Amino acid sequence: MTIKPEYREGCLRLSFQGELDHHSAEKALREAEGIIDRYLPKNCILDLSGLSFMDSSGIAVILRIHRRMAETGGRLLVDRPADQARRVLDAAGLNRIVPIREIKETVQ
Amino acid sequence: MKYENYIKVEFPSKSANEGFARSAAGVFASQLDPTMEELGDIKTAVSEAVTNAIVHAYPDTIGKVSMRCRILEGNRLEIVIRDWGRGIEDVERARKPLFTTGGEERSGMGFTIMESFMDRLQVRSHPGEGTTVTMVRVLPKKSRER
Repeated sequence: MTIKPEYREGCLRLSFQGELDHHSAEKALREAEGIIDRYLPKNCILDLSGLSFMDSSGIAVILRIHRRMAETGGRLLVDRPADQARRVLDAAGLNRIVPIREIKETVQ
Repeated sequence: MKYENYIKVEFPSKSANEGFARSAAGVFASQLDPTMEELGDIKTAVSEAVTNAIVHAYPDTIGKVSMRCRILEGNRLEIVIRDWGRGIEDVERARKPLFTTGGEERSGMGFTIMESFMDRLQVRSHPGEGTTVTMVRVLPKKSRER
């Protein structure tokens, strides 16, 4: 599980790649929080298109990042989750808390 | 019960084995020709059950976890995850969405995801003796085009 950060004009994009499970979640969260604290972005976009696997440990990571962003008055968006991750997000009802942008919405 | 094939694996409750367990279940399930979505569901449910055993059954120790996968009649895949850890006091409560004793790094959605991704979920637990999670998913035969 790796995180690739890109920062531009108040917006931080964190691209998650690999498998996000309980084994990788703690390190991923620490890393994501460290990057957020460094940039203090207004908007954070979690790009989940590169995740080959995610389970409910990923839900906890997203909720923690959501809370971190809320504490600094920022907003979080989950972007283009891969199919398997999308089913986990749906089963957990995450869209009631964090907005999710679909793959098809970003295709021109 | 009549079975067509099975595997049984046993491993210590180390988080590095979560990926191994779900991958092994996925490879075994592939004999039933699942779709990508079905395969993803099965791997996710296994990951949740194994993570529960690692996080909750053995909170301060390393213990034994076993996984048995069977192919039963009627294209049914049965997966049994068992531990010999501290057990669950109140199974009904543990199965409720958002309930967790695991602190902030857990979401409390594990059983909810197992329930929604599998056709049947049974949880048997005795405090101090361990927990057995049995899950069944029917993988209907696909009509193939060649």
